[in-house]
Amino acid sequence: MSRAQKLTLPRWRVYLVALVVLALCLALLWRVTSLQVLPHTDRGFQFLQNQGQARTLRTEPISAYRGVITDRNGEPLAVSTPVESLWADPQVLIQAPHRWAELAEALGWDKARLESRLARFASREFMYLRRHLPPHQAEQVLALNIPGVSSQREYRRFYPAGEVTAHLVGFTDIDDRGQEGMELAYDAWLSGESGAKQVLKDLRGNTVKELQLIRAARPGRSLALSIDLRLQYLAHSELKAAVRSHGAIGGSLVIMDVHTGEVLAMTNQPAYNPNDRNRVSATGLRNRALTDLFEPGSTVKPLAVMAAMEAGEFRSDSVIDTSPGHVYVGGHMLLDPANYGALDLPMIIAKSSQVGMTKLALAMEPNIIRSMYGRLGLGQSPGTGFPGEGVGLLPSYSRWHPIQQANFAFGYGLNLSSLQLAQAYGVLATRGLKRPPSLLRLTDVPEPERVVDEALSESIVDMLRLAVSPNGTGHRANLPSYPVAGKTGTVRKVGANGYMDNKHLASFAGFAPADNPRIVAVVVIDEPSETFYFGGQVAAPVFARVAERALRLLQVPPETESLQNLVEQPRRGRPLS
Amino acid sequence: MSNQDFLRRLPSASQGLRRRDRIQQRLHLDFVLILLLTIVTIYGLIVLYSANGQSVTGIQRQGIYFIVAYVAMFAVAQVPVHVLRRIAPWAYAGGAVLLVLVLWIGVGAKGAQRWLSFGGFRFQPSEFMKLAVPIAIAAYFGQRLLPPRLKHVCVALVLTAVPAVLIARQPDLGTALLVTSAGLMVLFFSGLPWRYVGVAFGTLLVSIWPMWQFVLHDYQKRRILTLLDPESDRLGAGWNIIQSKTAIGSGGTSGKGWLEGTQSQLDFLPEGHTDFIIAVLAEEFGLLGVLFLLTLYGLIIARCMAIALKSQDSFSRLLAASLTVTFFVYVFVNVGMVSGLLPVVGVPLPLVSQGGTAVVTLMTGFGILMAIATERRRVTRHI
Repeated sequence: MSRAQKLTLPRWRVYLVALVVLALCLALLWRVTSLQVLPHTDRGFQFLQNQGQARTLRTEPISAYRGVITDRNGEPLAVSTPVESLWADPQVLIQAPHRWAELAEALGWDKARLESRLARFASREFMYLRRHLPPHQAEQVLALNIPGVSSQREYRRFYPAGEVTAHLVGFTDIDDRGQEGMELAYDAWLSGESGAKQVLKDLRGNTVKELQLIRAARPGRSLALSIDLRLQYLAHSELKAAVRSHGAIGGSLVIMDVHTGEVLAMTNQPAYNPNDRNRVSATGLRNRALTDLFEPGSTVKPLAVMAAMEAGEFRSDSVIDTSPGHVYVGGHMLLDPANYGALDLPMIIAKSSQVGMTKLALAMEPNIIRSMYGRLGLGQSPGTGFPGEGVGLLPSYSRWHPIQQANFAFGYGLNLSSLQLAQAYGVLATRGLKRPPSLLRLTDVPEPERVVDEALSESIVDMLRLAVSPNGTGHRANLPSYPVAGKTGTVRKVGANGYMDNKHLASFAGFAPADNPRIVAVVVIDEPSETFYFGGQVAAPVFARVAERALRLLQVPPETESLQNLVEQPRRGRPLS
Repeated sequence: MSNQDFLRRLPSASQGLRRRDRIQQRLHLDFVLILLLTIVTIYGLIVLYSANGQSVTGIQRQGIYFIVAYVAMFAVAQVPVHVLRRIAPWAYAGGAVLLVLVLWIGVGAKGAQRWLSFGGFRFQPSEFMKLAVPIAIAAYFGQRLLPPRLKHVCVALVLTAVPAVLIARQPDLGTALLVTSAGLMVLFFSGLPWRYVGVAFGTLLVSIWPMWQFVLHDYQKRRILTLLDPESDRLGAGWNIIQSKTAIGSGGTSGKGWLEGTQSQLDFLPEGHTDFIIAVLAEEFGLLGVLFLLTLYGLIIARCMAIALKSQDSFSRLLAASLTVTFFVYVFVNVGMVSGLLPVVGVPLPLVSQGGTAVVTLMTGFGILMAIATERRRVTRHI
């Protein structure tokens, strides 16, 4: 057993190892300490802490709520609702092919669609999966916890009145930017300012936690339009019914408040549904009442007559001989439907005599009529700010050809929009006061500008009342309970080879009640059927149906002698469509 | 044992032993070591829960591993040391055969072939060799006069080198390193003459260049270069080390709090639940948390060293010292690599990193240490 003594190891060797172990332990400690608590500009703990935060802290935008568009009474016309848009990081998603089938099913896609989309975005780090999903649907997809799939809050625009206000309100694109109509015109006002928040993200880019708000989103401001939704509905349905029954290709209808210049209704056909824009065609998008220009025809005759009377060349009892029912001007024959014989000015308007107007125009300095048109707002921007607003053409010639002079008087050779026509008639309605039209509800009504003498315009109004009397072309515009003043118009449309015989534009412009007007309205029907195309046949009845009920909605007291009609008058028009 | 020896031991055996010590002797357990191990285990599970993405099932599985490991430790502690010595050659030979088999029919993952699969049960022979190599060499020296002669040193070197090379071929550099260090430690403690140590160090220094040129794989070279300048390959080899240093550094003194570490919770830190778990701990519990763990490790090592010093015969002493130092190498290599002090080799943090085999092997090692610690009674009875 003496070997046992020799077997005993030298203890110092163990101590040496223990010493080495201790030294190495101290090295580790020094290393960890220097990483964790020793400040060092380049590789110290502060640098490393910043590195750690740089990996995970991100600033993200917060979508701002877009302002509401309402009618003048606060009825919503465009509202934003929160929706979720699902997106994915293709770099991450591409690594989890076993989850694709599941994801595709949750999105309501087939797997091939997801795969082709992934292939298209394979080199990117962002792709939308589906946008504008209701929050609960998005949550169902997110609950699957598929790597790389996230959502982001957005707002989607809904238009409660749908096609009724589509042209005026317009719409936004998928990124909530205004594209058409008032949404575009007032985009900066309506859209807010997106905010920012600090979030914690993991390696796959999923937001794990919202840490703090850096800047709250400033919601957009709301916008009150001048239109009255009740009148708008009424105008829309009547116009739609008329366009349909006359087989027309389009039409527009404008109602203005004569005392303020506010547009109470503005509607067009064809219309579109702004909530479902898959089937929108370019023709349906136009706010024709504002953008489309047409030759006004007979509706401007009263204005020409007003110019003639103002110039002192004619008085309302001046008589013009229209026989034999036609007149030659520079080789063109201008024709009345019949030989009306000698007519005074009110009857020239009431019968809408071409011959009478031609003789009247040729008897005058040509620029007199033009300057009257200009004073009433024709050929000038209405100043509504609406995108694509038409200005119209009011040409001036250094040497007027007689046919140009004559054309001007009965509404050819110039063009205008429905709104401009309404504005001009508004001047007659207010007995000479011109107001700029407004698409927004006004809190302060601007001071009107007097452009025509009161007595003069009163005498023109009398002619317009005659024009809707049983003797006038516009007798179908008469209302049961309110007196009306107005004028019909029928123009031939211009085609590739000049004026076409079978395509017309029928219009009616007027206001009511005639003695103390509240509203002025313009109805334009584009290409009615070839058998019924006169303004008095096509446009005047629409005016009657709309104006009667609009005035009642506006609580304008009916005239006493017509009160019994109010009770017994059956509705003659077609049912609302 | 001599009679004198018996007389010297006897008083301490009968009177000096306190009641607690007698219980320990009878149960073949070391309560201090068990206490320390248990604290590390629980601490480790707490960190692992956070590192593993707060997965309860992951913790349950690791808990089952620990139960198995503790049972193994208790069982091995009951095995008399002389039995260990007797089975040592067989265990070594069997392990070596299995290692060869791994190269032939092994299965693996991530480009390494490390496991043998027997009908669903997977077994990693290299882990077994972490114990078998020191046992075999200690047994070899235990029968011989010490300090060893050159011939015996050579045998011991071969005994170490064969499994080390086989394991390195899998490739599994980390385990090869641990097996080598276990073998060399036995050699060192056996009283290897200093001139041999000097020669070994000299050879090592001289062989650095040819090693670099002809032996190391490209990826291994890259790891070493990455250590010197992690920024040179931010998204490749440098990624792990940059992320782990960031995690450690952003922990600060007291850490971000349990489950609050952004590097680890948000998956920036790769292998956060296995080899790089100390970075998770450092980020969430800070320097204090790291110090606590390192102190526990230090106490365990000190306790094991004490066992080695107190042990009776050279086999026990060599084995105990080797196991202890191997445990330390484990800790040092892991923490060193995660903190950017050493190149990245796959060595888990003992008792904390997720994984079953490593835990069972480690606890078995501690079982052997306990068997050695409580050997005294058997010796006295045999006389």
